[in-house]
Amino acid sequence: MNNKKIFIEPLFRNNPVTVLVLGICSALAVTVKLEPALVMALSVTIVMGFSNVIISLIRNTIPNRIRIIVQLVVVAMLVILVDQVLKAYAYEVSKQLSVFVGLIITNCIIMGRIEAFALANKPIPSLIDGLGNGLGYGIILVVVAFFRELFGSGTLLGYQIIPNALYIKNGGFYENNGLFILPPMALILVGLFIWVQRSVTKELIEKK
Amino acid sequence: MQELINIFVKSIFIDNMVFAYFLGMCSYLAVSKNVKTAVGLGLAVIFVLGVTLPVNFLLHKYILSSGSLVWLNPDYADIDLSFLSFIIFIAVIASMVQLVEMIVEKFSPGLYSSLGIFLPLIAVNCAILGGSLFMQERGYETLAQATVFGLGSGLGWFLAIVALAAIREKLSYSNVPAPLRGLGITFIVVGLMGIAFMSFMGIKL
Repeated sequence: MNNKKIFIEPLFRNNPVTVLVLGICSALAVTVKLEPALVMALSVTIVMGFSNVIISLIRNTIPNRIRIIVQLVVVAMLVILVDQVLKAYAYEVSKQLSVFVGLIITNCIIMGRIEAFALANKPIPSLIDGLGNGLGYGIILVVVAFFRELFGSGTLLGYQIIPNALYIKNGGFYENNGLFILPPMALILVGLFIWVQRSVTKELIEKK
Repeated sequence: MQELINIFVKSIFIDNMVFAYFLGMCSYLAVSKNVKTAVGLGLAVIFVLGVTLPVNFLLHKYILSSGSLVWLNPDYADIDLSFLSFIIFIAVIASMVQLVEMIVEKFSPGLYSSLGIFLPLIAVNCAILGGSLFMQERGYETLAQATVFGLGSGLGWFLAIVALAAIREKLSYSNVPAPLRGLGITFIVVGLMGIAFMSFMGIKL
């Protein structure tokens, strides 16, 4: 597989969230607003890129029996770095993300890509695979967060998008849809995303 | 005592790991195709959460949190090791899972073979690490509170996965639009179950 294909595949056709069903926990919990979703997507991409490279560099020296522990330690170290950087430079967002930054450690996308790709490939393709999957994960986060923030709060990245004059309290007809703020809506949105994706790419449809 | 019951009920229904925080979603969706395996995984999660949370609580209280090393030496009052908590927690969880696996294999081979692959997989189930991180963030004060929180969260997860597995068993007989079949409809069903669980939110404890 060439590098371009490694990068493009996970963005849509082989998306880690909607096709491989990896990393859903964090994908859903941080998508109430667009900003934390962007930060989360960036953090996961960075951790995944670096962990893939590190594991790929030492792949021939890791004893097979203890590889899970080695992988966890490498990932945990990277997550601690990301967490500390976020606490220092983006404290508000890091508070909103709360435990979910720590949960990147057990994000199955990262372990999944290390197991499936980095353990068997050279560092450069592993880096590209990590970044591609990170972005594929990021796309779902951003799409879900976009709809949830737009319909749930009428804002995007904190800026008011739906004109204030349209709201009922200002004499208009519009009201924010509170359902979009609630956690279950993220699941339903991902479900609809899968529906759209599988209507476009028919070969993903599951057999009866 | 009443406080412990409150924490227990709260962690099962109101702060349900699956429906309120989406923790452990990957194995939740992957292993909920039939009720029998779902029960096995659910029991394993209850067990591991119940064991790891007290251990991590003690580590948090006596080693990791800021100024907690005073029991060793009063000079250590300003040492804050909390940045190490991720790595320590995950190490405890991984080793506990290993230990639990060995104990179960030794004393109850029947249960061991029925849990099969799920036991080792629990190490990377985010509900387990999430439990420890929530324990740290919410600042539970006593060992009993942390243990009860662990057992309650585990039970909540158990209920959620068994309920979904039961629905999915029935769902396989229904006529779902082709692109939505399998994963898509499961997401939407979990979403609807989540909305049902939101009704517990009004309960103030």
